[in-house]
Amino acid sequence: MNEDRGDVVLSVRNLKTHFPTDDGVVKAVDGVTFDLHQGEVLGVVGESGCGKSITMKSVMQLVGKPGRIVDGQILFKRNRDGTNTEEVDIAKLRTNGKKIREIRGGDIALIPQEPMASFSPLHSIGSQIVEAVMLHQDVSKQEAKRIAIEKLNEVGMPSAEQRFDAYSWQLSGGLRQRAIIALALACNPSILIADEPTTAIDVTTQAQILELLKRLQREHGSSILFITHDLGVIAQLADHVVVMYLGRVMEQGAVSDVFTHPRHPYTRALLASIPSLHSEPRIELPTVAGGIPHPLQRPNGCPFHPRCPDAIPGTCDVAMPKLLDVEQSKVACFLHHDEAEEADA
Amino acid sequence: MPEEVLGPNILEVENLKKYFPIKGGFFGSTVGEVRAVDDVSLYVREGEILSLVGESGCGKTTTARCILRAVDPTSGSTRFRMKDGTMVDIAKLKETELKPVWREVQMIFQDPFGSLNPRKNLLEIIGEPLYVNGIRDRQTRMNRVAELLELVGLRPEYMHRYPHAFSGGQRQRVVIARALALEPRLIIADEAVSALDVSVQAQVLNLLLSLQRRLNLSFLFVAHDLSIVKHISHRVAVMYVGKIAEMAPTEELFRRPKHPYTAALMKAVPIPDPTLRNELKGLPGEVGNPANPPSGCYFHPRCAYATEICKTKTPELRTVGPDHSVACHHAEELNLDGIGELKSSPMTEALSQPDASTGNAPPS
Ligand SMILES: Nc1ncnc2c1ncn2[C@@H]1O[C@H](COP(=O)(O)OP(=O)(O)OP(=O)(O)O)[C@@H](O)[C@H]1O
Ligand SMILES: Nc1ncnc2c1ncn2[C@@H]1O[C@H](COP(=O)(O)OP(=O)(O)OP(=O)(O)O)[C@@H](O)[C@H]1O
Ligand SMILES: [Mg+2]
Ligand SMILES: [Mg+2]
Repeated sequence: MNEDRGDVVLSVRNLKTHFPTDDGVVKAVDGVTFDLHQGEVLGVVGESGCGKSITMKSVMQLVGKPGRIVDGQILFKRNRDGTNTEEVDIAKLRTNGKKIREIRGGDIALIPQEPMASFSPLHSIGSQIVEAVMLHQDVSKQEAKRIAIEKLNEVGMPSAEQRFDAYSWQLSGGLRQRAIIALALACNPSILIADEPTTAIDVTTQAQILELLKRLQREHGSSILFITHDLGVIAQLADHVVVMYLGRVMEQGAVSDVFTHPRHPYTRALLASIPSLHSEPRIELPTVAGGIPHPLQRPNGCPFHPRCPDAIPGTCDVAMPKLLDVEQSKVACFLHHDEAEEADA
Repeated sequence: MPEEVLGPNILEVENLKKYFPIKGGFFGSTVGEVRAVDDVSLYVREGEILSLVGESGCGKTTTARCILRAVDPTSGSTRFRMKDGTMVDIAKLKETELKPVWREVQMIFQDPFGSLNPRKNLLEIIGEPLYVNGIRDRQTRMNRVAELLELVGLRPEYMHRYPHAFSGGQRQRVVIARALALEPRLIIADEAVSALDVSVQAQVLNLLLSLQRRLNLSFLFVAHDLSIVKHISHRVAVMYVGKIAEMAPTEELFRRPKHPYTAALMKAVPIPDPTLRNELKGLPGEVGNPANPPSGCYFHPRCAYATEICKTKTPELRTVGPDHSVACHHAEELNLDGIGELKSSPMTEALSQPDASTGNAPPS
């Protein structure tokens, strides 16, 4: 791997988050492993329902009932005052304990996928940002208000001082998204988790928000976990990318490498299904064959094998391939096991 | 691909306006207005997909909601051709007369999380419009819901589940299934695929295209992703601060945009190719405020080509070619870049070699 990557700030290892339901256990996240390095943008892609949001909610200990982290580690290098670093295994914290409440919003901030979930409709966006600032920082109300307006300006909210008093439902989709990002940035988190933060907004605003995130990453050295379905955004923004399928990591590596040399058949299929500005209009787009399996009926072996054009009978339907190093990337696919080296023991 | 034959206009929107009052002062008097939709005219042909694009807050959703009478327009007309061929002006109908129109025009909303009732299962959610429209027999509804779920690529046995157990993409397909329940003829889709990830998005786009072909459905497709808009639509209308800036057949618009705003939008599209980085360009400045729009052409403060006339005179939307109209004083003089020919890059080359991913053949 690249020598010049920063320290690992968040290491998710073999994370499993399950939902016991009346019909059986939904294994939403079933052995996810990845590292987020300091100052890096790590993109997370994968089909709808593959467990991206649940992975991120696990990192925040925000998985709703009946969901539960059943295995694995979420090792976070916590460094609040700039000197002492403590390593916290978030997976072991109580979901409503003191420590996780400090970390949530203070060290790690989440821009949730549900845009309406961030703000209460009953209070102005400004007062809610102020509240977040005062929860995590020892500042006066005036100072908190100054910070809030500064953040709103920072994310390019037009007429920030007036909009401070606006309610979230008075804002258009794009402006609301900026307010949500301002709220997430209120306490200068060291890790920002953005779950589909630009899907509801238009391209010019998206370009500005991506530039904004790049700038934050550069200036504050923040690490960003960026979930999106837009491979264009990943290509333009992320340094590394994790490709997930049915609660597992299929492929992981530098964006420049994964996009030019996709190794997993699933990654290839994803890249092929993007409508491009250059492709012929109104033709049928290539899609991944078949549907996503029923969450309660996970295939044996590699979860992708029933839809995989290259599946090897007797192998892929029997055992789960490990995530192994293949040149610069990591790939969980038997097609690559010859050339692979054991990555995680 | 055979030339598609498009029918007569199914929807004709003329001089549509929606001004929201701004209340203030001691007695809640009106102190101003938000010109969310400011004199919009457009049309959709039978079997046609017209896309409506533009920046956040430019009035796309409000336009869509006015057409459907989810809100009452301030003025203007929205004529709709009913199944039996009669034209009705939806804008002038009484509340009680809207029901038959709402059977034929359906809206798919922006937020798949907000638009599904968490306390109802899919059978109830998708079956509700059927029930309201007189299908009282439960078994008939179940059969129809099963059919609709299959049509949108979901398993029929999911009908007894509740929305919370589905991911964003799955929920959006539920929303589409519900919209299709009454066999509408015009679908207004507001950001219907923007919350979906690519492979599902490809499925939903294929689904919408096949519905358009098989059922001859018409679409007003509100979206912000230009790659999708280019892929799916026959024509595109570009909106800026409540007004149409440009409207043209898709190919022509992307090859030869005539409005600087259209060209700027194209430059901001993130290209899914890491070897072509740093080409993203946001637009300078802020979107014009519809409560207090700039003088003259609303786009002039952000426009690289603005001259004196742009600051004082609002340009009319005028015809510059077949089906092509534009609201820019300088449309004829400007030579704007559209989307060029496909540049080959290391990525496109790698992906065009069929065996590049798996490298070597599977061991035998
Ligand atoms: N409360 C719940 N009960 C049962 N299953 C659940 C629950 N919440 C989520 N799941 C399941 O967990 C899986 C992962 O969901 P998650 O929201 O993480 O997907 P995602 O990758 O974020 O998808 P999307 O791209 O659509 O947002 C899905 O199969 C979903 O149906
Ligand atoms: N109920 C309302 N009262 C006052 N102003 C409103 C109302 N609804 C919308 N607006 C304003 O009208 C303008 C157009 O909003 P609209 O939601 O139609 O934009 P949009 O193009 O759909 O934006 P987005 O891409 O963010 O969804 C915005 O300035 C918005 O703030
Ligand atoms: Mg999600
Ligand atoms: Mg909208």
